[in-house]
Amino acid sequence: MLVFILRRSLQSVVVLVLMSVLVFVGVYAVGNPIDILINPQADQIDRERAIAALGLDKSLPEQYWTFLTGALHGDFGKSFVHATPAVSLILERMPATLELAFAAMLIAVILGIPLGLWAGLRPNGISGRTIMAGSILGFSLPTFWVGLMLIMVFSVMLGWLPSNGRGETVELFGVVPVSFLTLDGWRHLILPATNLALFNVALLIRLTRAGTHEALLQDYVKFARAKGLTNGRIIGVHVLRNILIPIVTVVGLQFGALIGFAIVTESVFAWPGMGKLLIDSINVLDRPVIVAYLLIIVTFFIVINLAVDLLYSALDPRVRLTELKG
Amino acid sequence: MSEPVLIVEGLRTHFFTKAGVVKAVDDVSFTVQRGEVMGLVGESGSGKSMTGYSVMGLIDPPGRIVGGRIVLDGVDLRAQSAEQMRQMRGNRVAMIFQDPMMTLNPVLRIDIQMIEAILAHEKTSEAAARTRSREALVRVGIASPDERLAAYPHQFSGGMRQRVAIAIALLNSPDLIIADEPTTALDVTIQGQILYEMQKLTRETGTALVWITHDLSVVAGLADRVSVMYAGRVVEQGTAEEVLARPRHPYTRGLLDSVPSNNIRGARLKQIPGMTPSLADLPPGCAFRERCARAKADCVNPPAMRAMTSSGHSVRCFHPL
Amino acid sequence: MSTLPDAAIAPPVRAPRRATSPAWRIATDFVENPVAVFGLALLALVVLAAIFAPFISPQNPYDLAQLDVMESRLEPGSKALNGGTYWLGTDDQGRDMLSAIFYGLRISLSVGVASTVLALLIGLTMGLAAAYFDGRLETLIMRIVDIQLSFPAILIALILIAVLGQGTGKVIAALVTVQWAYYARTVRSAALVEKRKEYMEAARCLALPPSRIVFRHLLPNCLPPMIVVATVQVAAAIALEATLSFLGLGLPITEPSLGLLIANGYQYLLSGKYWISFFPGLALLVTIVSINLVADQLRDVLNPRLQK
Repeated sequence: MLVFILRRSLQSVVVLVLMSVLVFVGVYAVGNPIDILINPQADQIDRERAIAALGLDKSLPEQYWTFLTGALHGDFGKSFVHATPAVSLILERMPATLELAFAAMLIAVILGIPLGLWAGLRPNGISGRTIMAGSILGFSLPTFWVGLMLIMVFSVMLGWLPSNGRGETVELFGVVPVSFLTLDGWRHLILPATNLALFNVALLIRLTRAGTHEALLQDYVKFARAKGLTNGRIIGVHVLRNILIPIVTVVGLQFGALIGFAIVTESVFAWPGMGKLLIDSINVLDRPVIVAYLLIIVTFFIVINLAVDLLYSALDPRVRLTELKG
Repeated sequence: MSEPVLIVEGLRTHFFTKAGVVKAVDDVSFTVQRGEVMGLVGESGSGKSMTGYSVMGLIDPPGRIVGGRIVLDGVDLRAQSAEQMRQMRGNRVAMIFQDPMMTLNPVLRIDIQMIEAILAHEKTSEAAARTRSREALVRVGIASPDERLAAYPHQFSGGMRQRVAIAIALLNSPDLIIADEPTTALDVTIQGQILYEMQKLTRETGTALVWITHDLSVVAGLADRVSVMYAGRVVEQGTAEEVLARPRHPYTRGLLDSVPSNNIRGARLKQIPGMTPSLADLPPGCAFRERCARAKADCVNPPAMRAMTSSGHSVRCFHPL
Repeated sequence: MSTLPDAAIAPPVRAPRRATSPAWRIATDFVENPVAVFGLALLALVVLAAIFAPFISPQNPYDLAQLDVMESRLEPGSKALNGGTYWLGTDDQGRDMLSAIFYGLRISLSVGVASTVLALLIGLTMGLAAAYFDGRLETLIMRIVDIQLSFPAILIALILIAVLGQGTGKVIAALVTVQWAYYARTVRSAALVEKRKEYMEAARCLALPPSRIVFRHLLPNCLPPMIVVATVQVAAAIALEATLSFLGLGLPITEPSLGLLIANGYQYLLSGKYWISFFPGLALLVTIVSINLVADQLRDVLNPRLQK
């Protein structure tokens, strides 16, 4: 097990380094680096001073090295717009995005798995088919449009829920501001979280249904019936335990995707998270922030992938034991 | 004679598919006495497995039992509700399947899979159920049962998994066990062991056994009585000795002759010409007619089972051997 | 829980069908599902509306001379000064929404289809190359594909726009970059399956040139899954372009796709002038859903495992 973790960590580091090279080349070398890093309104003397200070007169590999060492210390440069370190800008807004993503994942699991289970148990019934048809909608509808519709219905027409912003926050562990602990926070959270969850609800419905459908054809279900077990136990224990394994891995991997998709939801609902920051930064070409965001996201993905792999081997006894033996 | 533990009379199980009606079981009758071993023999497609599932009540749509009687220890199984049937399964009648790898759930521990079989039918403590499971494993000849209880199915060999399946079947002391080709997927040497175990256990516990197989040699050593099935019907029935040594149906004769060890060395291997008919498209009359050397004009009428001897040896044929 | 006897699964011998071409069979199988036919009909409507937009629009929404800012933000069904009716209302510049939607459909569809076709060609080439010339090339290509597919499309598209800048060509480039990986992966899987089949070995034994093997033998058999993926991807491309435009990072204002129309109307949503966003959104929805309905049925029809 330890060997496995070490090996994967090493792989992750390699990927991270590769990504950093790509990002560096992409953002800093495409186009004039001077324009990218320095405020385009500075005059000639300032430009030369800045060039020297930023080491832009050095060769590309040397520049990359400077970038890398800076990055390892968490220094990706200062944002043009806010004149604060890009990293702190992002970290400030991270809790909001994470909160949104977690809430969305929770909603997706609570809705998606039971619905998918139901559809898998009654594939030819009306309810089963309706659920599957609904899941197609969940996939195809563009997230931002659904968000707009949600706002239209729940904020404008019914007036039940606020249409933008984050609710009141409370400091969790005295450090992290979270809004799900307040009622006002929930009122603001529910629409964007549902919007973000939609794609995953559809995905989980389909996955659970396919898994259930396949599991029910297996011999161990036949044997369980021959043992005289109740249907509840067969589905709740035998089938569920089997389908949960791939579902958990998908849920884990999708969490990374959620953080990406949150960009759109945050824009529609003006949710003050990292995603909105990214859009604003792209619009004003605040490249240090873009770079910092990218690398943080990539790290996230790598960590999530690693965690999911570990989780998978913890859940599937067949994998775990072969690892031990080999 | 005491009441038989299983009476199957005129059983018909049909599958209503888009391709037509498949008559998987078409007039099957046999009885099994207490402690007796009945061998149900036939090739694939003969309907023997479906007969087993019909008794267990495990026929799902598009299949349905359309006729006949199944009486287990005096209880009319077809009249039972779904819940009543569930209570009988794994309790009064148990089943063992062919492929032990897939019949045990790969992600659940053995002890869970055994304990649940007990708890589904009896209100007892988990500890008591665990002790009983442990004893059952010992009884089927599994050493270090405690370790095995905590293990997962894929950590066992095929033979051992089948022993576990047998142990599970015996947990609630059923009156009847239906074994659907339990040794087909195993090595020959392991087959022998399992056969021996089953014989010993059924003798010890007095449990009746319906052994479904296509392998005549298995039947020869194990069964008291034999029913030979072809195309969903029983074509010959009698004691093992009668049927195997003095077969009266041409199909049974053909089956026995095609076993390579029954042939003289060097001589051409005997085969039954033709192929088993599709169950969706049976020829009228005797199902074996098109492959039979003894078929005559009257074989287009369906033959019924006729007793040949007073000991119950019967044949479904107008022109038996 | 299936307990079908084996004999039932072997099909009974039927009289052989009249020889039919694959295209005919696909067409007849397709129309067996009424929902899919409905989807196809909707899609046909959408495509026709897009193609004939200039002819069926009451107004050319981008001819500034025809617009009157006094007619802006009118409700659906309002009468125009020149006698016509604004069936779907007007936007903040006085544009007839119906016309704007027709033109917008045109742009959304053409960008979606163009990027899909390009991505298909690139992905096809890469996938076939990977499958045919296995070894380092394959590993390299597939590794890139895997990494790319593990990131959400929107993120990749945004990064590309951030790096390349904005403009129609760049948006299409971004869409193509996001999509090619799906095709590459699909083609490669299909090609790998085909490669193992005996007719491929036979072709190699005959020492046919690689290009012929690939184009005449490998390719036609990989097409069915590609068609399904391509259909779904058109919808996805349209949705992605709409999202980018909505975020202000997509097509420029000179080429207003449905996404941009929706974005324009966003600010008016809260004041109850829903139609400026709603109707373009509905058009987008109809387009995407109809494509997906068609794609779903195509997938079932073209799936060799489901063929009898």
